[in-house]
Amino acid sequence: MEYFLQQLINGLTLGSIYGLIAIGYTMVYGIIGMINFAHGDIFMVGSFIALATFLALVAIGISALPLILFITLLVAMLFTSAWGWTVERLAYRPLRGSFRLAPLITAIGMSIVLQNFVQITQGARVKPLPPQIQGGVTLIEGVTENGTIAVQLSYMQMIIIATTLALMIGFSLLISKTSLGRSQRACEQDQKMAALLGVNVDRTISLTFVMGAALAAVAGFMFLLLYGVIDFYIGFLAGVKAFTAAVLGGIGSLPGAMLGGLLIGLIEVFWSGYFSVEYKDVAAFSILVIVLIFMPSGLLGKPEVEKV
Amino acid sequence: MSAAVKPGLVADSVKDAAIAALLVAVLGFFFFALRTDIGTGGLDLTYRWGLWFIAIAIAFGGRLLLNLFVFKTAKPITGGMSISIPEGVKSGIGRVLGPVLLLIALTLPFIVMAVYPDRDRQFIDLAILIMTYVMLGWGLNIVVGLAGLLDLGYVAFYAVGAYSFALLAQYFQIGFWTALPLAGLLAAVWGIILGYPVLRLRGDYLAIVTLAFGEIIRVVLLNWYEFTGGPDGISGIPKPSFFGLDFSRTGGFAEFFGLDYDSIHRFIYLYYIILILALITNFVTLRLRKLPIGRAWEALREDEIACRSLGINTTNTKLTAFSIGAMFGGLAGSFFATRQGFISPESFTFLESAIILAIVVLGGLGSQIGVVIASVVMIGGIEILRNLGFLKEIFGPDFEPTQYRMLIFGLAMVLIMVWKPRGIISSRNPSAVYKERKKISSDMVAQGEGH
Repeated sequence: MEYFLQQLINGLTLGSIYGLIAIGYTMVYGIIGMINFAHGDIFMVGSFIALATFLALVAIGISALPLILFITLLVAMLFTSAWGWTVERLAYRPLRGSFRLAPLITAIGMSIVLQNFVQITQGARVKPLPPQIQGGVTLIEGVTENGTIAVQLSYMQMIIIATTLALMIGFSLLISKTSLGRSQRACEQDQKMAALLGVNVDRTISLTFVMGAALAAVAGFMFLLLYGVIDFYIGFLAGVKAFTAAVLGGIGSLPGAMLGGLLIGLIEVFWSGYFSVEYKDVAAFSILVIVLIFMPSGLLGKPEVEKV
Repeated sequence: MSAAVKPGLVADSVKDAAIAALLVAVLGFFFFALRTDIGTGGLDLTYRWGLWFIAIAIAFGGRLLLNLFVFKTAKPITGGMSISIPEGVKSGIGRVLGPVLLLIALTLPFIVMAVYPDRDRQFIDLAILIMTYVMLGWGLNIVVGLAGLLDLGYVAFYAVGAYSFALLAQYFQIGFWTALPLAGLLAAVWGIILGYPVLRLRGDYLAIVTLAFGEIIRVVLLNWYEFTGGPDGISGIPKPSFFGLDFSRTGGFAEFFGLDYDSIHRFIYLYYIILILALITNFVTLRLRKLPIGRAWEALREDEIACRSLGINTTNTKLTAFSIGAMFGGLAGSFFATRQGFISPESFTFLESAIILAIVVLGGLGSQIGVVIASVVMIGGIEILRNLGFLKEIFGPDFEPTQYRMLIFGLAMVLIMVWKPRGIISSRNPSAVYKERKKISSDMVAQGEGH
């Protein structure tokens, strides 16, 4: 039981990170109907920016850890957003209105470019960062035949879950209450009509990418703090899993992405905990396949109507 | 220039270039100016302001020149580059291009040996590599170009073919020529197994599921240590023999035909094997397009609902496309195993699928000659980087051009796609014609849209 609870906490933490990335996929798919294949690599870029900022702030001599973390988060979000905007501007906007395969190919191309750019400029070796936030609270202490087993909720996990929750609430409000959110929902339904009614479609789409990238940067920073090691290749797997999460939750749905992220995180952690660590990626991929085949509209998505 | 200058051109261009430079400054700050490295007691941060300023300057200068001479001027200098070829000459080139390329391909080893006698091995090896990608491209073209099913996991079948041969050779001592058809068959079966569950899916979703399948197969190969050797791979895969003759120093091919032993013989032989395999792929594809099944593929690509209304069995149509495409992938995989002599899951990553798909799409979906051109440009062009030794003299001895290979590959993918979304070859030969046979623009052809 204690083991189960511990895994539950770990799964929710990992799931929060996937959920944050998944929001980027789901928003972009909702608005322009394309899989932003480079989004996983934007997440990776975000984690590298966070790492460099963190080290630079330490080097400058700021010693208050909460302040460092907060500035790092802001800087990473800001600069990663610039990357997201640029990728959209260079690789997707010129192909808007072209056939559907074209942006998918440029997205794959961009993903290769980002990975190799980071590899060349930052080196191929992994970047370890020692754990920065230590300690936690012990929730339950149980006794088994092997000794005591405790369910720990570390401060790190609390921060991740709390930040994710705060961002989720913030973004939900942004989408439902602000004029930007209204434009986004309008573009999602009908771009041409939205344009006729005075919505700047290009700007709205750009901002969607910027928002997705900002959330991916948060996820990248969390990933860095949680695992303490990043390299230029982390974007691919995280990207595929986050996309799985988006599909599982119902692509185009914001709460769906979060729910899907949490489920994928839980499934991955429980699979590793109870079955085998080696095949944890197979578990995630199999879920993707099963969900797409048996319920393509996901848990919270709207079913697609086939039109002739 | 003086007459063609638009008012405000220079000011506009400078402003635009400044924006581009600012963007590069922002984007590159954490990548050019800062670098993290593992040092003593944690990560060290090094500053490279020089590199950062160089990147900004290049962005500013490059964008300014492009603005002044291409983007914003009334008379772009690139205007002269697109030579307008008369229609008659164009169709003439189109007609002879295939046979000329075929002739070059058939005689290539001898041309190479005559022109570059000291580097013939390297060039023939490169030709083998390009030809492998041509074959893979043609195989994938059946699935994506003809049937319109977007497959991002084609490398799975390549892996199945390679591992089938390697495992058959390891456990049953089966030679290349016996294993080749078996590998093709196994890959075709896997094509059906993986194709069956995804029949309902289309477009992007199909792409993602096939990607997932490709990764599942790779992860299984990586972790099933007892059977596949896991990350260690399989080595000692036998080389193909020529009617029972191998290419060893004594008692082999050279001795039988009274030639002096030369290791180049084996390379030439491998080249012809892959050339023939590729040509078979091409021939089968071209013939299949004329058969009902090929017509059904193309009809499926254009409109699935209309297909079903006309009584075409879409299940069988999709499965045959998947399995025939997979079979050719498997054959190519088997060849890859025998050429390398060693395989490991490393060779079958998603990147490989992406490269094959890029070749097909950049060449022009459904165009056979486009695949050839794209393979030569993308694979051959990348390999040229290995030979740019003079760059070392400019940038210093630490400069390694090959590490930029994939970066340039990715950029080329993006740029070619933005420049020509329909691929390099932008016309198609319809399989079925009404009254007269003529080429149509590729804009008229559906491409993996899945509607």
